[in-house]
Amino acid sequence: MEIERHEYDVVVIGAGGAGLRAAIESRQQGKRTAIVCKSLFGKAHTVMAEGGAAAAMGNVNSSDNWMVHFRDTMRGGKFLNNWRMAELHAKEAPDRVWELEAWGALFDRTKDGKISQRNFGGHEYPRLAHVGDRTGLELIRTLQQRVVALQQEDEKLHGDAEAYIKVFQECTVTRLLKDGDAVSGAFGYWRENGRFVVFDAPAVVLATGGIGKSYVVTSNSWEYTGDGHALALLAGAKLINMEFIQFHPTGMVWPPSVRGILVTESVRGDGGVLRNSEGRRFMFDYIPDVFKDKYATTEEEGDRWYTDQANNRRPPELLPRDEVARAINAEVKAGRGSPQGGVYLDVSTRLPAAEIIKRLPSMHHQFKELADVDITQEPMQVGPTCHYIMGGVEVDADTGQACVPGLFAAGEVSGGMHGSNRLGGNSLSDLLVFGRRAGAGAAAYLDGLPSRPRSSEEAVAAAEAEALAPLRRAGENPYSVHHELQRTMNELVGIIRRSGEITEALEAVEKLKERAQGVGATGGRIYNPGWHLSLDLRNMLLVSECVAKAALLREESRGGHTRDDFPGMSAEWRRRILRCSLSGDASGVTVEEKAQPPMRDDLITLFDRAELAKYITEEELADFDALVKE
Amino acid sequence: MSYKAKFRVWRGEGGEGRLEDFTVEVNEGEVVLDIIHRLQATQAPDLAVRWNCKAGKCGSCSMEINGRPRLGCMTRMSTFTEDETITVTPMRTFPVIKDLVTDVSFNYEKARQIPSFTPPAGVNPGEYRMEQIDVERSQEFRKCIECFMCNNVCHVIRDHEENKPGFAGPRFLMRIAELDMHPYDVADRKDAAQDEHGLGYCNITKCCTEVCPEHIKITDNALIPMKERVVDRRYDPLVWLGNKIFKRSTAKS
Repeated sequence: MEIERHEYDVVVIGAGGAGLRAAIESRQQGKRTAIVCKSLFGKAHTVMAEGGAAAAMGNVNSSDNWMVHFRDTMRGGKFLNNWRMAELHAKEAPDRVWELEAWGALFDRTKDGKISQRNFGGHEYPRLAHVGDRTGLELIRTLQQRVVALQQEDEKLHGDAEAYIKVFQECTVTRLLKDGDAVSGAFGYWRENGRFVVFDAPAVVLATGGIGKSYVVTSNSWEYTGDGHALALLAGAKLINMEFIQFHPTGMVWPPSVRGILVTESVRGDGGVLRNSEGRRFMFDYIPDVFKDKYATTEEEGDRWYTDQANNRRPPELLPRDEVARAINAEVKAGRGSPQGGVYLDVSTRLPAAEIIKRLPSMHHQFKELADVDITQEPMQVGPTCHYIMGGVEVDADTGQACVPGLFAAGEVSGGMHGSNRLGGNSLSDLLVFGRRAGAGAAAYLDGLPSRPRSSEEAVAAAEAEALAPLRRAGENPYSVHHELQRTMNELVGIIRRSGEITEALEAVEKLKERAQGVGATGGRIYNPGWHLSLDLRNMLLVSECVAKAALLREESRGGHTRDDFPGMSAEWRRRILRCSLSGDASGVTVEEKAQPPMRDDLITLFDRAELAKYITEEELADFDALVKE
Repeated sequence: MSYKAKFRVWRGEGGEGRLEDFTVEVNEGEVVLDIIHRLQATQAPDLAVRWNCKAGKCGSCSMEINGRPRLGCMTRMSTFTEDETITVTPMRTFPVIKDLVTDVSFNYEKARQIPSFTPPAGVNPGEYRMEQIDVERSQEFRKCIECFMCNNVCHVIRDHEENKPGFAGPRFLMRIAELDMHPYDVADRKDAAQDEHGLGYCNITKCCTEVCPEHIKITDNALIPMKERVVDRRYDPLVWLGNKIFKRSTAKS
């Protein structure tokens, strides 16, 4: 069968917030751009984001600015963040949000007609631009409609709507192609008919999102099979911070079929509280030392904060997500959980019913339809769910470029921005800021390129053979391999980790890798989910190996990585980044340590000495003292 | 708690197909999409179904369950009796690709025919000022998750392929209303709504509203007001008189 071929300047893989923003930028800079996505256009996982996009616009509290946002982000990530990314993010997020408004987005408003901003965990001021609790949908729809607007422009100018930007929907990329060291395109298949397609392009932007489908309990959709992470690794790029996975503290726990589905943090931001089976607001018992002076110690103070933030500290329900998730985990383990194995999240006694329906419409809808629970009348039962991976492709902060020339990454698939733990609301803004930067980075890379690279026919043939393999053998059912991987990762490399269990997980992953080589897909090539899953397994297994190997090496607890056998946070480990690459024989993953570059002088001096002392080594502290003296 | 349910699922591709019978386990709290997934994992690995978020937020798993357009992920099995046979078929208005997956490209073509948001010149990003009450009307329509079930159920195109070229369907007529009610949109959309996108075909049977999983009042809040705006423009007696007297062409401002 002949392989379909397309030539583009930039190929963006993934059509969530980051991918669309990257594609828009690349097209606006005059580059012919393809958007390749596994789902229909407009269905990406970004639609699931509920709370909002964090941007220090200062619309609700004028004390907010990029420096406060930067500090919150670094604190939330326990100072492991790539500080340049955190800086760019905090500085550019407001412009990215305002730009959406000029493209037709309709955010909720303040009384004086500006974009309203809501409170969220770890953010000092109300900072999240939002639309009720469906902000992700607004973001994806606005970007989707911006793409359509550009196509309408091209139709007028060139007579062809798809002349400069085209969406290849329900198309899965299985390999990146290279010419020597540099990227030269991508190989994939149409889900609809199983036919193969090659994109010839000097620049590829990965915007494929996360890896949650390697876990049983997850808020992530089926698309989150770590494709971009694996494609990057296979193409020679490095992944960093893969041990850090965010377990969102509040996922639904019942009924079993919806276990893991997200319950937005806005419930807590808007006044919801967490209680155990004894009715106690247990978060007051879990304020860690590093946050002691920033959170209320009594319920009265915490409650006053909602109306008077200047004179009160925030309630501990709004601690960063890693802290809340661990606390819930501990309460359940101690036997103080709810009947279905979670804890209670109650907003019914905190806000009038009408207000709940207005502020949290989709939560009200979700619980009513899926769990028969009316959240205006009774508490929800919630527990931690695998939500987000902080780790991803190591990129240059300013351009999004990986160490492979022509390869770029933005959004969840890239690593560094969020350090060891992402703050809620920082994901939507991350997508916009770094999506745009990756698109611009790809455009600039093209401008500096003397000639177009070419993909070798051998590489295309190898990719084709790899993709066809599961159809050509009668092997094991891919669903059973997938289920076992999910169980393994959930149980052995989950929210709390131990050396013995991680080792066990690695052994299991090795065995599953062998079994994945033998899975077979029955049926033909037309829209065949069994075949698609067989191909996704390679990616999920590679990514799981990265997570487990890095988790085993990092002998401390920080953010989204909690080691039962190393419960403390270590200042020494803060200076070290774990970096995964494909092993020499391509059979697995190797992990090496890399030094974290020290923060720029003008950024580190934004922090108090007392706060820094909780995170950094004596040696670094001495440098800081010398710097301040100057 | 768990029981064996009888399912009849439409299987086929390339214009051919038939209903296939299955007996499949159902557990407490499950939805129809869970059962389809169980069929994939245990009996029919190549059974095609579109899905994504499984939380009613992405609008991918639209199907017809016992003849009614529904999201598979939001249809709880507890709404059926245990001895009931549950029939699952693809959306009827769009061509079937395979099994429960249909070719919904009609919707993407229509989306591209509606002129985009058109802000006035000279308003820079960050300068927009809108009252909550003014954005709420369009916000309701922006809750749309594009499951396309309103377009699927609409009788104007459900069994009338010939109407498709001139009719955008409730989804995109609502999009026109959304833009027309956007406080900053300056484009004139009324004539096009009627002449190019077939607003006049809608005879307000409200089927679209009835199947909307987001409970958007498509007919009452988008289509009827849009019809009124068109009528205001076209059949205003003063405008009519003015046109007669001064021989102006019908308003195309």
